[in-house]
Amino acid sequence: MGNESFSLCSPVAAALRRVAVAWLLSVAAFIAAAAEPQRPEPLKSGIEFAGADIRALQADDFSNPAMLWMARGEKLWSEAPAEGAKSCAGCHGEAAASMKGAATRYPRVDPGSARVVDLEGRINLCRERNQSTAPYKPESDELLGLTTYVAYQSRGLPLAISIDPQNRRAFERGRDRYRTRIGQMNLACVHCHDRNWGRRLMAETISQGHGTAYPAYRLEWQAVGSLQRRIRACYFGVRAEMPPFGAPELLELELYLAWRAGALPVETPGVRR
Amino acid sequence: MDARVQVPKQARRGEVIDVRIAIKHPMETGFRYDVMGKPIPKNVINSLLVTYNGAEIFRAELGSGIAANPYLQFSTVAEASGELRFEWVDDNGTRGEERARITVTG
Amino acid sequence: MKTRYPRRRVIATLAGLAAAPLLPARAASPAGPLAPLIEKITGGAPLQEGRVRLEIPRLADNGHSVPLKVAVKSAMTSSDHVRSITLLSERNPRPLMAIFHLGPRAGRSEIATRVRLNGTQRVLAIAQLSDGSYWSASAEVEVTESACLDAG
Repeated sequence: MGNESFSLCSPVAAALRRVAVAWLLSVAAFIAAAAEPQRPEPLKSGIEFAGADIRALQADDFSNPAMLWMARGEKLWSEAPAEGAKSCAGCHGEAAASMKGAATRYPRVDPGSARVVDLEGRINLCRERNQSTAPYKPESDELLGLTTYVAYQSRGLPLAISIDPQNRRAFERGRDRYRTRIGQMNLACVHCHDRNWGRRLMAETISQGHGTAYPAYRLEWQAVGSLQRRIRACYFGVRAEMPPFGAPELLELELYLAWRAGALPVETPGVRR
Repeated sequence: MDARVQVPKQARRGEVIDVRIAIKHPMETGFRYDVMGKPIPKNVINSLLVTYNGAEIFRAELGSGIAANPYLQFSTVAEASGELRFEWVDDNGTRGEERARITVTG
Repeated sequence: MKTRYPRRRVIATLAGLAAAPLLPARAASPAGPLAPLIEKITGGAPLQEGRVRLEIPRLADNGHSVPLKVAVKSAMTSSDHVRSITLLSERNPRPLMAIFHLGPRAGRSEIATRVRLNGTQRVLAIAQLSDGSYWSASAEVEVTESACLDAG
């Protein structure tokens, strides 16, 4: 070659070509890694970060204060909500049989409304559509009781959330929100629960942020509360405005969290601080 | 009032059995405020009485120092088959009751 | 300058030292603030340390609910049993937390419950025996808070 133009066949170009390819591959890997959400390794339930007293409370079905809510749910299962309306048992029979595995598939997209619903939301949809009754208020004893009772039928079963064309967009919104900084403290979920789980935050050990034990009895609440309530408390913790109960962002986060928990077992009703 | 009691269904005469009770109740201390800043009035379960075939075997005077959703464990000697009765009342006068049967052999 | 001790003071001190062996051998003297309440509970009878085992975590997860267990060494017969167990808190707004009435039918003088503690403090358990004597045990509990406080 006699001209001054750069030839793609020269040894220098070959070397540059190798460097360029290597760089492009690493960038692609970086983008792939950033786009693909990582699950914590190894996956650990929140109970593994709790102290001995909390673990003792959760391990004993009588001492577990959440079982009082479950008992309420068990009663409500067989009660007709209104004149002429069927009770849950009227359609579903024995909960131990019909509801086994149900909690492992929530949150999911409700075909009727094309919105993500969690177990609480699904119970309320059933009340409206099949029992012609008004939905329970969020965090009411009745709703928490029934949700706890239904989820309890799946206790010990691994979560089974899969991402499909129906829930992909909601899942991605939840995933992105999980990584978005919020609040005066300008923190994202990822900062505590992905990067610092196992470390101390004041007197607590940061968990991986799974919701597998919810609805759960939280000592701080002196009552059972839903995962939405717990997520709202996290918003409050970083001094962000709390989304209202039922807000899409909460449901999308719940969906992402359920996927992120992999095959961790349902632990409801759990006990937490 | 929602409550759960745990009494063995069966015991031998003279055996010391554990009895447990858990009651759903906020045990409101009277020191808290609601979201509007209004004080929430005190309301705690202030007394619990347990009888076994009508005779008192355990009595508790409780205050706001007992945690919400009170849990109590005590014991009694299995003497005869019959019924354990748990009765309690809170500051508002709301009463609660649970019963459990026990079969005592020997 | 040489210190001068007034004669009255010397005599008073000597008298006090002489009286010392007459005081109860194992009287417990818990924190000052609880003393008047203890006085009321025991009716002036001395509060002795021992015979009572108070099990409570050294570090509580949350002050809203702290598990505790009290066990008293007693034969639990009709002539020798525990009449009552009283729980006192050193720093709660209401120091008297609970009184449990037992009796010979209890079989075992043991109770378990969960208490509310308003911050790090000492908890005291007083057992009244059928012979009218009072025994106690106390324990110090560190009370921490949840890291993510809830607004509602």
